[in-house]
Amino acid sequence: MKIMITTRGDFVSPRFDLSSEVIIATYYDQQLMGEPRSLILAEVSAEMLCDIAIKEQVACVVCGGIEEEHYQFLSWKKIKVIDAVIGACSDALQLALENKLKPGVILPEIRTGKVVT
Amino acid sequence: MKIESVLQSIPVFNELLDGIPHGVAVLDTNLCVLTLNRFLEAMLGYNSDDVRGVYGDFILRSNPSFRNQVYKQVLESRESHSFDGDIITRRRKKIPVHFTLTCLHDDKGRPSGILIVLEDSSVVKVEDYIHHEESIRNDILGHSPQMEKVFELMSVLSRTDASVLITGETGTGKDLIAEALHKSSQRARQPFVKVNCGALPEALLESELFGHVKGAFTGAVTGNIGMFRLAHKGTIFLTEIGDLSLPLQVKLLSVLDDQEFFPVGGSKKMRVDVRVIAATHRSLRSEVHQGRFREDLFYRLNVLHLPTPPLRERDGDIRLLLDHFLRHFGTKLGRRGMHFSSQALKYLNRYSYPGNVRELRNIAEYSANICQGKIVGIKDLPQYLFRPLDSLSDSQPVLVSPNVSIKEKQTPVFEVQEKPAVVTRTGGWADMEKQMMLDALRESGGNRSKAAEKLGWGRTTLWRKLKKYKIA
Repeated sequence: MKIMITTRGDFVSPRFDLSSEVIIATYYDQQLMGEPRSLILAEVSAEMLCDIAIKEQVACVVCGGIEEEHYQFLSWKKIKVIDAVIGACSDALQLALENKLKPGVILPEIRTGKVVT
Repeated sequence: MKIESVLQSIPVFNELLDGIPHGVAVLDTNLCVLTLNRFLEAMLGYNSDDVRGVYGDFILRSNPSFRNQVYKQVLESRESHSFDGDIITRRRKKIPVHFTLTCLHDDKGRPSGILIVLEDSSVVKVEDYIHHEESIRNDILGHSPQMEKVFELMSVLSRTDASVLITGETGTGKDLIAEALHKSSQRARQPFVKVNCGALPEALLESELFGHVKGAFTGAVTGNIGMFRLAHKGTIFLTEIGDLSLPLQVKLLSVLDDQEFFPVGGSKKMRVDVRVIAATHRSLRSEVHQGRFREDLFYRLNVLHLPTPPLRERDGDIRLLLDHFLRHFGTKLGRRGMHFSSQALKYLNRYSYPGNVRELRNIAEYSANICQGKIVGIKDLPQYLFRPLDSLSDSQPVLVSPNVSIKEKQTPVFEVQEKPAVVTRTGGWADMEKQMMLDALRESGGNRSKAAEKLGWGRTTLWRKLKKYKIA
């Protein structure tokens, strides 16, 4: 099973359509199977991200704000979308592996006010 | 006093923000959220208390604030900044928004935060879009797929500021399109200046375009600011650009590149901000090949190319335009409800309109004036429609009367001449014969026996000729 997280630096990118980086992690039984892969896109495009999610046969997409159109498309393709996530992508990945990540969650570490973006 | 303290010490401050009918967010100097007003809470789907201390960008999810650069700029420059963008809400809705960012200062004048006002512009956008589409379509008539393509392209071109080259045969509406592009562009409130490059001799055109100073040449008793400066901040439309002389092409190229030029006889460089729309009925590419048009200028003008279709290729538009112009001229003459007879329409629909819409308009005007009743018949149409094209040039008398019926004449030649004569090909007998066969086959629905009968030939003759012209 694979998880794709749209990222900006060390954080979940605030917008799906403006994400230029993604990490794809393969896991089995709540355990990561190796180091997550990082992909940098040549241009920002929600369609391209949807395409990657399908080609990589991702089971779950973790992202920030996403438009309804793309959310519905991914859901239609049987990809679980956990959207409006605010926080560090490592924390989001860990919670997603444990099946504890919920849409719209604001992870507590984000509130430090010392985030470098 | 820090902005955080202000928010806490003055309870009325939050109520004040809630009273504003737009989304308002206050960020601290770390660009983290201090508060959101009620309107923004509803817009974003977040509660102010839940998001306090979170990076503003993570909550607002706006498109222009790339990595907070805009917020940082406002803090550094301490100046207000406003721009259009969009946000994505927690409910996955993308909302176009007009942002206004203002730097807040403490009592010592140091930046203490940013006030962001988000104006929902979705309603305005829809109205703008409808108005934009309407303004383009108002002046130009056409429902054919070819014109739909032009309208689509126009709505894209009017949103840009790049040079546009409009090409097309004479009478296809290049001027109208240029004006519509200007009217629907950002420069709509600024002047639209049209210059016909083919209408003036070279020396005069240079002074007309770029202006001259007093005493620049004999007779220049006063200065002239020139069309380019007249069109400052607006659009200059250079029609018949293909007729521009080579030396002027060089000067025009430098204006397009640098937006600067010297007026004739002047020593002071003038700077202009002008959008250039050029039009020509010539093929500029072939003019370039023949060395009559500069290649560099061609590529500079050809940033966005808008070809206008000739009327004969616009499916269904002939009838629409005929009715429109006849109604227009009929009303002018005080005769409402004028229309073409079915026979006249048959002729007019089959005519090739080498002069395009301009010619069609003139035909409608002629018919409206000549016709004494309300129904325009064949006799009310201009007689030149029934002459072959080549005979028009040497003023030969009318070859065929439009009133002659096909039944009266059985010769195959006549069948072609019975139609508006311009339809007949001028490429010799072979072409004409081929066209006749094609027409006969079209009319008989592909039935060769009927087509042969129409042509006055035997079926074998038709078969042989079809073979000869490789139609079969």
